[in-house]
Amino acid sequence: MIEMKDVYKTYSNGVLAINGISIKINQGEFVYIVGPSGAGKSTFIKLMYREEKPTKGSIVINGIQLENLKEKEVPYLRRNIGVVFQDFKLLPKLTVYENVAFALEVIGENPKNIKKKVLNVLDLVQLKHKARSFPDELSGGEQQRVSIARSIVNNPPVIIADEPTGNLDPETSWEIMRLLEEINNRGTTVLMATHNKVIVNTIRKRVITIEDGKIVRDEARGEYGLYE
Amino acid sequence: MVFMNKTLGRHLREAVKSLGRNAWMSIASISAVTVTLLLVGTFLVIMMNLNNIASNIEEDVEITVLIDRTADQNAQNQLESKLKNLEKVENVQFSSKDQELEKLIKSFGEKGESFKLFEQDNPLNDVFIVKTKVPEDTPVVAEEIKKMRYVENVQYAEETVKKLFEVVNVSRNIGIVLIIGLVFTAMFLISNTIKITIFARRREIEIMKLVGATNWFIRWPFFLEGLFLGALGAVIPITVLVVSYNSLVNIAVPYIQGSFVELLPFSPFVFQISAILLLIGVLIGIWGSLMSVRKFLKV
Repeated sequence: MIEMKDVYKTYSNGVLAINGISIKINQGEFVYIVGPSGAGKSTFIKLMYREEKPTKGSIVINGIQLENLKEKEVPYLRRNIGVVFQDFKLLPKLTVYENVAFALEVIGENPKNIKKKVLNVLDLVQLKHKARSFPDELSGGEQQRVSIARSIVNNPPVIIADEPTGNLDPETSWEIMRLLEEINNRGTTVLMATHNKVIVNTIRKRVITIEDGKIVRDEARGEYGLYE
Repeated sequence: MVFMNKTLGRHLREAVKSLGRNAWMSIASISAVTVTLLLVGTFLVIMMNLNNIASNIEEDVEITVLIDRTADQNAQNQLESKLKNLEKVENVQFSSKDQELEKLIKSFGEKGESFKLFEQDNPLNDVFIVKTKVPEDTPVVAEEIKKMRYVENVQYAEETVKKLFEVVNVSRNIGIVLIIGLVFTAMFLISNTIKITIFARRREIEIMKLVGATNWFIRWPFFLEGLFLGALGAVIPITVLVVSYNSLVNIAVPYIQGSFVELLPFSPFVFQISAILLLIGVLIGIWGSLMSVRKFLKV
């Protein structure tokens, strides 16, 4: 469960990015975060995985209080949150298998479990047959599936996707959406920031609209606002 | 600082990989450490030997008290007990003028034969040889003795010792300044090498942070890389030290035998210096890596 209370974020250059946000997201929800560019979507997301600290207010994720979290505890928070980016952020010199295994290796997972977990998740994203390929040998959609596989291999209760379809053509975007829905159906909370009006209006979920650092709309089965 | 044994192998592999990947920068840093440690090594060998020689002489510092020829046995005994009663004096030894002449003849070796003429009519004095408890007290005690009755004169190697210690001190100061400069140069080069590694691996580091790798897990490979650079830099200096000190001892010992100049024996001296060099190398490496890790790896 995610809960924010009166959260403000002012950057050191004086920009007020989040201007008083309070929100509650339950375990297993699928939530779109929409809004125009520069509205504060990215900051909102960064606050959740503690890339940024709130200037004021409290944030709780999975029972972890973020605002007074010590630096050395941040890694353990991140193990509860899978993050997916528009640009995939795969390591070009590692194979698909190695890219996914990397996420487990660096948190000190027992090597015995790594192989099983990685193959399981590659099966889920339907890329088992490409395990030995390198990222540049894959299509954009396949690369995003690898990055999703990496984000869920550790079984986090929450996935945050920052414009996961931003670099993909419509066909491939549906593929990624089906995958995210499937992950959501298994009980994982999915937060997805997006500009894709068609997706938001077709796969109907809760929509939180952010504008000027504030939540201006929060609808259980919402629509993309007036932004083009 | 959590040391995870199960991941040590991984950190070592990463560190070694980086050494190879930035081969030229690695070589530059290793060379800087090598030059630094060569100088530190040479310096330490010279300083410790000079110090040893100086303290040998210093320990030998004894005051020769020439007894006035007019003193009879009674006066001599009185003088001896007075000397022994001095607070700073460790022991007092009597040496007759005949013994003194014998010593003199011996010290001149074959040429000393000519002094044998004096055996009939010895011009030397009977002496007391006085040793102080602490070498530094020698001048004070000597002054005190000079004022006593039946003392014709006192002799001690004041100037020699003073000058030697001056030389030791001045060269030590010059050496220290030089070495500090070199140590910083080496540290700077190592920290730059590691900066390059960090830059080359910034994507990996970004992902490690994202998926929740602990800070020490991220730091360890860089830490080890610095340590290796420092330790590898110590290899040549230690080799040079062992080989050259060994030959120095072999060549020099026959010449200087019997004189107050003596070299510290090969063992354990060389092993101690080697350990010091390795330690300094490793510390330079670790310090250099910590500098860039702190600055460029915001974990």
